[in-house]
This record gives sequence, C-alpha cells and structure tokens, in this order.
Amino acid sequence: MSMNTQGRPTSAGEASVSAIDTFTGNRALQQEEALLFEIGRHGTTGVDLDEPEAFTSRLGKLQRKAPLDLPGLSEPEAVRHYVRLSQKNYAIDSGLYPLGSCTMKHNPRLNEKLARLPGFGDIHPLQPLSTVPGAVELMAELGRWLIEMTGMTSVALSPKAGAHGELCGMMAIKAAIEARGEPRDIVLVPESAHGTNPATAALLGFKVVTVPARADGTVDPEAVKALLSPQVAAIMLTNPNTCGLFERDVVAIAAAVHAAGAYFYCDGANFNAIVGKAKVGELGVDAMHINLHKTFSTPHGGGGPGAGPVVFSSRLAAFAPLPFVRIGAEGPVLVEDEAALQAGETPFGRMVAFHGQMGMFVRALSYMLSHGGNGLRQASEDAVLNANYVRAGLRDVMTQPSGDRTCMHEVLFDDGFLEGTGVTTLDFAKAMIDEGYHPMTMYFPLVVHGAMLIEPTESESKASLDLFVATLRDLVMKAKAGDIARFREAPRFAPRRRLDETRAARQPKLTYERPVPFEQAAE
Amino acid sequence: MATYFTKDHEWVRIDGDIATVGITDYAQSQLGDVVYVELPEIGKELKKGDEAAVVESVKAASEVFAPISGTVEGVNAGLVDQPAAINESAEGAGWFLRLIVADKGELSGLMDESTYRNFLETL
Amino acid sequence: MRYLPHSEADRQAMLAAIGVGSIDDLFLDIPANLRVHGLTLPKAAGELSVERTLGRMAARNVPAGSVPFFVGAGAYRHHVPASVDHLIQRSEFLTSYTPYQPEITQGTLQYLFEFQTQVAHLTGMEVANASMYDGSTATAEAVLMAHRVTRRKKAVLSGGLHPHYRAVVATTSAMASDAVDALDADPLGTEDILSRIDGETSCVVVQSPSVYGHLIDLAPIAEKAHQVGALLVAVFTEAVSLGIVEPPGAQGADIVVGEGQSIGNPLTFGGPYVGLFAARMKHVRQMPGRLCGETVDAEGRRGFVLTLSTREQHIRRDKATSNICTNSGLCALAFTIHMTLLGETGLARLARINHANAVELAEMLVEVPGVSLLNESFFNEFTLRLPREAAGVVEALAAKGILGGVPVSRLEPGRPDLADLLIVASTEVNTVDDRIAFAAALQEVLA
Repeated sequence: MSMNTQGRPTSAGEASVSAIDTFTGNRALQQEEALLFEIGRHGTTGVDLDEPEAFTSRLGKLQRKAPLDLPGLSEPEAVRHYVRLSQKNYAIDSGLYPLGSCTMKHNPRLNEKLARLPGFGDIHPLQPLSTVPGAVELMAELGRWLIEMTGMTSVALSPKAGAHGELCGMMAIKAAIEARGEPRDIVLVPESAHGTNPATAALLGFKVVTVPARADGTVDPEAVKALLSPQVAAIMLTNPNTCGLFERDVVAIAAAVHAAGAYFYCDGANFNAIVGKAKVGELGVDAMHINLHKTFSTPHGGGGPGAGPVVFSSRLAAFAPLPFVRIGAEGPVLVEDEAALQAGETPFGRMVAFHGQMGMFVRALSYMLSHGGNGLRQASEDAVLNANYVRAGLRDVMTQPSGDRTCMHEVLFDDGFLEGTGVTTLDFAKAMIDEGYHPMTMYFPLVVHGAMLIEPTESESKASLDLFVATLRDLVMKAKAGDIARFREAPRFAPRRRLDETRAARQPKLTYERPVPFEQAAE
Repeated sequence: MATYFTKDHEWVRIDGDIATVGITDYAQSQLGDVVYVELPEIGKELKKGDEAAVVESVKAASEVFAPISGTVEGVNAGLVDQPAAINESAEGAGWFLRLIVADKGELSGLMDESTYRNFLETL
Repeated sequence: MRYLPHSEADRQAMLAAIGVGSIDDLFLDIPANLRVHGLTLPKAAGELSVERTLGRMAARNVPAGSVPFFVGAGAYRHHVPASVDHLIQRSEFLTSYTPYQPEITQGTLQYLFEFQTQVAHLTGMEVANASMYDGSTATAEAVLMAHRVTRRKKAVLSGGLHPHYRAVVATTSAMASDAVDALDADPLGTEDILSRIDGETSCVVVQSPSVYGHLIDLAPIAEKAHQVGALLVAVFTEAVSLGIVEPPGAQGADIVVGEGQSIGNPLTFGGPYVGLFAARMKHVRQMPGRLCGETVDAEGRRGFVLTLSTREQHIRRDKATSNICTNSGLCALAFTIHMTLLGETGLARLARINHANAVELAEMLVEVPGVSLLNESFFNEFTLRLPREAAGVVEALAAKGILGGVPVSRLEPGRPDLADLLIVASTEVNTVDDRIAFAAALQEVLA
C-alpha cells in the first residue's frame, strides 16, 4: 500500500474529565451555546415583513408542498447566538496567528469600510456598464498594481481563490499547448507542493509527475531537466517554496522548462516574501496566481472568501479568460464576451459568472494604496525579518530539517528536537493553544517529518515576537524535562478539549438530526 | 497455509488456489485509526501491483495494491461498517479481499514473515 | 507606515540578533541581477487620502439603492438586516482562518454545521457542504461530481441555464475532455430536454427558476434521468424562491447547487458570493469542498470538526474530488445569520412579497404597448419581449434614472434573434412607486 508517514492520533485521547463543574457548563466568559435547531422556534422570525395584499400566484403547480424546517430567532436571540459562537474562535485580531503558508496578517478596517461604500457594495454585475465606470476603473487600477509588482504582461482578475487561480493559469497553459497542436500531458510538481497543485493538474487531465526535492527542500534544475520531455506541459513551482526558501535556481529551472517547450506556473501563495524585492516576470514565470486574501490582506473570514487573480507573461497573455479589462485609448473597457474581442485576444473561456471578487478587489487596492510601493516593499522586508528573528530565537532549542539557514517569510522546523521526549508535533501545537497562541502549520510540507511551519507576518511587533519565542522556548524545556501531561492533555483551557476526529469520520453526522422527525413533530 | 508479505506492507495468505489479502499490523499502526475502506467489486481481475482497495484514516488515504494477480472472489464487507477491525486485527479479522490466484509463480517475489520483520527493522 | 509596528531601532536590533548586517543579507537567495530596487508606484498614503481616491471611484457608479432597480439574472438586491453585517464583522469571525484547529474554532465550525443543515433543509436534500465560491463554480463542480458517480462523461445542459453558468461548465468540461450537450437558449421555457437524455448521459443540468424566470417541473426530468442511470443536477440562482417553490430535493434531484447571494449578501458587482452545494448522503464521498461534522471532545462534550477530509486536495492531492481550498466562509455566515433571522416564517413571507411584487410589475409592464410577457410561470423574475432591441431600451431607461433589467443580448451576445428580450426582476426592495415609474418610463422610451 502507499504509506502515510505522518500518522497521528485522531481520537480525542484520554484527558481526564474536567474538575471544573458548573450547573450551566459555562466557564465564566466561555459560554456554552446550543445549536440553532435546538433554540430556534418554528413560527419565530427576527425580520418584520408585511404580508402582501391578495394577488394571483404565478407559481403554477410548483408551489411548495414540502415542509420547510428552518427555525428562527428574534434579533436579540440571534445576536447573542452568534456573538457567543464568535467567542469560541481564535482570530488575528486577538493574537499571533503563525500559520505557515497562510499569511495571517492584520486586516485593516479601512478596507472593510471602503468595500461597503454603496458605489462598490451596492452595484449589480449586470447593470449597464455606462453606470459603473468607477468599478471598471478600480479593476484596471488593481490590475496595473499587480502587473507592476510582478513584471508580467496581463492579468485575469476573475478567479475566486488561490486554487481557482491555479486552475485559470493551468487552463491558459493547456489552451496555449492546444493552440500549438502539441500532445503534452505531463505536469511536473515538486513533492513539497501544496495539494492544490496536483489536484488542479489532475482536474485538467494532466498526469502528475513528482519532482524530488534536494535535502534542503529546494528543487534541483538537474532533477527537472531529467524529467523534461516533449510530453511535459508545465512545471508548477511555489516560490518561495513551502519550506520557506527562495528557489535560488529558479532562473535555470525556467530556462530549462522553456527550452523544452513547456510553461512555468508559479504558485504565488508565498508572494508576501518578495513584493518589491523580485519580479516573477524576470524569473521566467509564465503564470502566477496572487492570493489577495494572503498578500494583500483581504480577511480570511474563517475559510473565505478569497480572490486569486492570475498574472500572465507575454507567452500566455492572449489566453486570459473572459471577462477582462482592456486598457484602450479611451480608458479601461470591461470585455465580457467573444463578440467584443479584438485581434490577438483568444480567451480560453470563462471561470465564473460575472467579473470576480469585486469586494476583495476594493479591499486589496485600499491595502496597496495605503502601503504604496515603498510600504509594500517594507512589509515584505519586515515579514522576512520577523521569520528570521523567530528562527534566531529558536535555532538553539528547536531543529530545522536542513540546518540553520536564512529563510524567507516563514521558518520551518521539524520534530527532531522532540525525539525521545514522548511529545509529538501535534502535542506541541496543542500546548501552544493553552499558552494563548494559534499553532503553526503542522505536518506540512509533507516532505519533512513532523513539520512545523511558522509564518509570523509583518504585523507582529518585536515585543510580540519576543514573547512568542520565549513561550516556545519554555515549552521546549518542559517537553525535554518530561512534563508530558501538559502536552498530551492539551489544550486544557480552550472551549473544547481535543476532538474525536475518528468518530466524526466513522459515523458522519453532517446535519442536525431531530430526536423526532420534523414532519411528524409538525403534525 | 503460507503467508507472504510485500514491501508495501500488504500480506497475502495462500490456501489452495485462494489468496486472502490484507495490510500488515505495521501498516495499520502507521495509518492510525482507520475510518473508511473501499473494496473492489467481486469478479474484478487484478494484476499484481494494481490498486485493489483504498484504506483511509482521518488524515490520509492509501491505496492497497494487489500483491499478486488474480480475480476477486470475495471481500470482507464487514469492514465497511466496522473499519476499526483493521486496527484491531490487521492480519486476521481485518482482511480485505480474497483472490483466485492467477499465477503462483508470482509468490516467489514476495517476502516470508521473518524476512518482512527484518525489513521492518530497516525502516 | 501605520500597519507596520517596527521602528528602525527595532529592525536594527532584530538584524543584530539574527546575525546579519542588513536586510538585504536576508534576500541573498534572490539572484543579484534580479533584485528589484523600488516599484514604479505611488508612495504610502494615509486613511484620508485612500478614502478620497477610492471614494471618487465609487462615486462614479450608480448604486442600486439610489434608483428604481429591477436588475437580476443571477444576482438579486434584497434587504439585509443590519445585524447581519455587524455580526460578520466580529473580529473572531472576520479574521479567523479555516478551522483546522477545532478546539479554538468551534464558532466557525458550529455555524458551518448549522449552515449545512439549513441548506439541506432549504433544498430538500440530505447533506450540504460548507460552501463553494459561487453558483457558477458550484454547478461546474456538480457536473464533475456526477461524472465521478456515474463514471460517464456527458452533461446535458438546459437552455434555461444562466449563460455564464453554461460557459463555466463548458470551459471546465472542454479542459477536462468531458462532453457537453447544451440545448439552445430557451426563453419560452418550452424546450424538450427529455429527448436529449440517453445512456451516455452522466447528468442533466436544469435551472429553476430558469434564467428567463420560468419555473421548471423537475420531476419528469429526474424520472427520465434515473431511468438511464443519469443524475439530475438542479440549479437555482435565487435562493429566496425556495421559500415558496417546491424544493429540488422533493422533485428527485440528486445534486442541488445554487447561488446563495440573495440571502445575507450584497450585490458587490458580482462577488464575493456563496455557492450552495447539496447532495444525497449515498454520494457524500464524491462531494467537493469542506464538510463539517459533529463529534465529541475528550470530556465527552459535543463539538464539531472538519471531516471526510480524505476527499480533499490537501490529503488526496491528484486524486482529490476537487482542487478547492478557500471557500466562501464569511458569505456563508452572512447567509446563515440572515436565514436564522428569517426563519421559515420570514423566508416564506419574503418569498411571497417578492412574488407579489413581480406579479404586479408584470401586469403593469404588459400594459405598455408592444410589450409582451413570455412566462406562464415565474417567481420574482420574468422575460419581456420588446418592440425594439432591449440593450438600447435599458440604456435609455438608465438615462432616465431607472435600472430596468438585463437585456438578453448582454448574456447571449451572439444571438440577434434574442436581442428584443429583457429579463426583469422585482424584489421586496421595490416600492409600488418604483414599479409605476418603471412602467411609465418604459412607455416613454418605447413611444
């Protein structure tokens, strides 16, 4: 069988039952909150609406007959329900969020305010274009900034997230290869890549061939050359890579890929390290998505929404999907369909209904304008500075998979320093929760055993990093001193102890099930 | 009855023309709690090395490869509802499938138990 | 720069602690000849300055709320209670990541569990995921899922499917070498889709209400699909309709996908929106996207986790059911809060108001000379045939301060035979004065 080497316990563990015992189950500010379906009531509504006057229905025979089981709450109850739920969440606004590869930086509230201006938030994607010139202007301006920062030729704004941007970039590559009439069906992906890379390539029917990493996690141009052939369509490379290192041979890799007639897709998840420091267009990249929700700080919102615009080199620019903004003599024009195309524009199709994540565009441009070119560069420098500062603070007590070396915006540790302690990466991460920190990214990249990937971002002050480093140092000492229970039982102070993921997967309960079925209860 | 092992941590037990296939105790310990298995259809013909089944823990999905060629004659359907049996008895009640052996000559390429245990020492 | 905490002294002290002399020493892996020294971009700007710049752009647009507004075709202007936007801006929701550490993200996980339940109940299905990007990408994912379930590769698309959705499915399918049989645009709602379903069909994709507003009886389509081993993928773009229209799940749909924007989310020029995705439990392992499930913690207390993750890209990589990672969590939160405030009582009433307003508007507009209504049935949106090309009429209406619908030519630019069609939506935000003004303006423009 194909072996998983990153196995870790997924049952809840043996934590002793809590001694804390209140009538409500609450623990002061930690309030228990029942499910909406337990506290909501049929017939209750928190929205005052007047019944319409009598009218002749035009629903035909498709009037709803099935019962509608959606209990409601009054406004005060609803507000309390969601406020209580919110209090069970960790957030950037409440603490350092060092998730490697995720770029959890501060989300300026100015951006929220501007995205809610009626001129942005209350415009319809299909109202006449003559009534939304400011929206098209904003898209053009965002595109101009992205192109200047990357040194690329054109931009597709419509992809809705990073993985969607990958799909967009790889579709453009597939279209370009088909336009050349070549049967290329292999995509090279380093073993350290994000899972979205092979998933995207496979979705488009490409065969994924893994590129082995060097000992330090970087890609060797010779290893790439050995795999290149007339069947190879592209390489998908993350730079800086998922080990937090800049691919120092990226130019040689790009040259080899181009010489073989293939394209270079760059996963831009880690763009935050190099804004204003290097332009990917000059590194030989043909397409790269940019996670506006990482580098340009549109809030992650508990899992989304994001935005994943893709920048293209001149080799792929013509294939950018509809819709796109064309900059003409009379200003920017939103090109929505084939009928409006000009010579040299050969879009591969359409990724989404409408025009993309306008709400994210406004926030990202607000962020960019606030920073300016100089501030964006400073942000990248501070992000890299902070990661290296954490590295310097921990290098004598934690282990790095390829020795102590300069990293980019995130620093990678492995579980070597825990060997013999009985504490695992998982335990270590959970103990951080008790100390008030969100854990770093664990067990990724897969090429490193017990990986711990720390990305502090530029938002953290020196004092914040000093406390973080001191905390981790203290935890390391406690692990080495044999204070095992602290780790195995962690987290002890969070709204929940470790959760039984085995049970969740073996007996999936994915929706609320009433003790008595709704149809019977309603009778 | 002779039992053979693969480097990919499958075991195969031969009884006449029938081979019973499962994953080793070492494999289940590496996987962690098994939460799901996907078994092949009866009658499916498998070549040595083909994907025969899928076994999933919470954080990983692994393919189980056919250690030898053969036709699927039976599957351990009870695993679908009780995947924990694989953790509890990987080399016994947690078997995956039975094959009608196509070529017993293929067995010579597999390890016997002591060779496999020694192989594990090297990992 | 107000977002960067370090002083120059901090930076120097940190560089010293790292053991390097300058910041550039941390960027030595970037080849020297490729290091950038400055971007050709404006310098940093204060809040006031940024507000002025973006405020000026915003002011060039005509907000929907400033005029009588009848634009729909896949995105709808509804009134969203003030508490919704307040609650989704709680720091703990807004600035949290994907709930990979369940002990400290129970807030996100519990609302996702409630959201999944609401979507399942609304659509009449057994299971729903934690959201997709939007309705169009959810539809493309539904087609891919149907291909996995049926092990076939041909999708039949109704001519009532939103043309953008059709284009997204067609693009994905072409790239994945799957077949698409798209029926001709169906503004009359009379297509014969049953004859296109055959033994090669993986799924038939039908939108109801259709992009032209027609309510489609899904039951016979489901029956025919099931006879030949195919699935019915039901699509909706107006979630409010499900308050009074028979849900797809009750009509035999196997997968239900749709756009959730109209509950809880503003128009925002097309995004971010929230894709809803519901299915039958027997197909759950072929679903794309995150799923939240109930379990217990080490003390035996109920809690929630992301589950069945082996379907997903971060574990299954090239064998994942989808490449999706980031979804529309915060928009799903807005949806679930608004839905909780409505309850079934409020939702059904809201739907009746929408329907009543649309019926009244349709009755007014067909009185305008030369205008005819193409719909037998509709919810809050319908299609008119005008005596002239609709695009020019819409521009003329806009000049009069009325945003009067979507000309079909905007969605089907290659079809001059449809250029006289106008899709008109009416929701609870329209007043009777708005409707009267629209009818009067249309009469003037057409006179």
